[in-house]
Amino acid sequence: MTLKEREEEIIEEFSIFSDWMEKYEYLIDLGKETGPLDPKYKTDKYLIRGCQSQVWLRAWKEDGKVRFEGDSDAFITKGIAALLIRFFDGLSPEEILNADLDFINKIGLKDHLSPTRANGLVSMIKQMKLYAIGLQHKTEI
Amino acid sequence: MIAKEKITGLDVAKIREDFPILATKANGKPLVYFDNGATSQKPKAVIETINNYYDRENANVHRGVYFLSQLATDLYDDSRKKVAEFINANENETVLFTSGTTESINLVAQTWGRKYLNAGDEVLISGMEHHSNIVPWQMICEEKGAEVKVIPLNDDGSLNMEVFEERLNKNTKMVAVAHISNTLGVINPIKKMIEMAHKAGAKMLIDGAQAVPHIPVDVTDLDCDFYAFSGHKMFAPTGVGVLYGKREILESMPPYKGGGDMIDKVTFEKTTYAPLPFKFEAGTPNIAGVIGLGAAIDYLNKFEWKDVVEYEEGLLRYATAELNKIEGLRIYGTVGNKAPVISFLVDTIHPYDIGTLLDQLGIAVRTGHHCTQPLMDRYCIPGTVRVSMAFYNTKEEIDVFINGLNRVLKMLR
Repeated sequence: MTLKEREEEIIEEFSIFSDWMEKYEYLIDLGKETGPLDPKYKTDKYLIRGCQSQVWLRAWKEDGKVRFEGDSDAFITKGIAALLIRFFDGLSPEEILNADLDFINKIGLKDHLSPTRANGLVSMIKQMKLYAIGLQHKTEI
Repeated sequence: MIAKEKITGLDVAKIREDFPILATKANGKPLVYFDNGATSQKPKAVIETINNYYDRENANVHRGVYFLSQLATDLYDDSRKKVAEFINANENETVLFTSGTTESINLVAQTWGRKYLNAGDEVLISGMEHHSNIVPWQMICEEKGAEVKVIPLNDDGSLNMEVFEERLNKNTKMVAVAHISNTLGVINPIKKMIEMAHKAGAKMLIDGAQAVPHIPVDVTDLDCDFYAFSGHKMFAPTGVGVLYGKREILESMPPYKGGGDMIDKVTFEKTTYAPLPFKFEAGTPNIAGVIGLGAAIDYLNKFEWKDVVEYEEGLLRYATAELNKIEGLRIYGTVGNKAPVISFLVDTIHPYDIGTLLDQLGIAVRTGHHCTQPLMDRYCIPGTVRVSMAFYNTKEEIDVFINGLNRVLKMLR
């Protein structure tokens, strides 16, 4: 799936929700569905700062594409991580670095999840882009 | 000016009309404001006093010979008198204006601590302290080679008084404890603790930030050496706070900040300092904030403390009983003597999830560690959901909150 298709799919999914309670419900389900991260990766090395809950994100390279895995002890945060992973997972480092995150605006996530909120959305995106930089010339970080 | 007439019994519907923000909406729902421990809302009387000050009374204090400056100075000094009466300090000069509790405690740590703490000395704090009654002591102790010691908590959130007694020794120079825990709502037996501290030869500072909006405080009766609190948690504006100190101790302390207003005479060779309270109030103070604090005290003086306390105890009892009906919910701080503050967790659900979803229902609660990380470590939890009420909150709001919480928990389970 191209980046554009991914974006459109996410926007369409969110368009059916009439209020934020439903959007959160969806994020929570997404969080619940996402498998737990192997406890060996739940370490400081993979911990994202700037969240009220703990979020761990790891990335590696497979066939030239960046793969992501993440977890959080809060469902909503885990759902947000899962959404970002769905968007970025399997793209090349360059695609990730050039990716336009307009969908965050379009699904209304930005208003609810601004950098000043303690949800770590901004920190997660930043970390994913940093992983992409790191994986441009390496397969592991 | 103290209100002449006291209102007997609380007419909460009428009180709510005094706080315009309580009639607003959050996320499209009527606001239920349960984060009073972080900051309280402001009554019209306070807002209007501040507006009026800037509209008609603004000038710098203690400087001008002209009408406005004298007016502002009178209002400013009047607030000090109101605060002194409010906490029953014998002398107005023992009431210092600061920017808040944090600055009040830092002032004591940096001036009293700098003068009186030496290597080997101990500062005794409690396991439930807010970071602002921990870090200032760590900073000065590190500098002086002194040590911070801790009074542990029992499981119900009360302080372990036996260990307190054990840890009080000839090296203890200061005991610094919260009057009421911001996280647990527990009211500490500070009068007894002050007595014990004094017997051991130590001074005692009380962090009263959470106490002043909920219970009467009498610093003379308590016999504490220092009492610190903030205006904004007691219906006054942000950016103004108080440090009460005993005169002889304040007089023996070096100044905190240097600048205007705190001097007696300045030459390049030597400066002598102004008497209390000005020695500790360098620079132009938060005049509007101080006058607003005076207005908040006037407002509070309209009520009888026993009515406020009784009403808030009712809110606490009702909310506690309703919360206890929820399966898997655990309240932290179960001791009998509490302010209307309840910290809780449900199963292993993260407080952030609960708080975020309650927000969608217009309910403002606090989630996280509440600036008491060591206390969270004590209970081995990452944080709690905290409901902190004020005398303008109602049983109906508790019902909205409980219904909302049940709905939210269904989504998260």
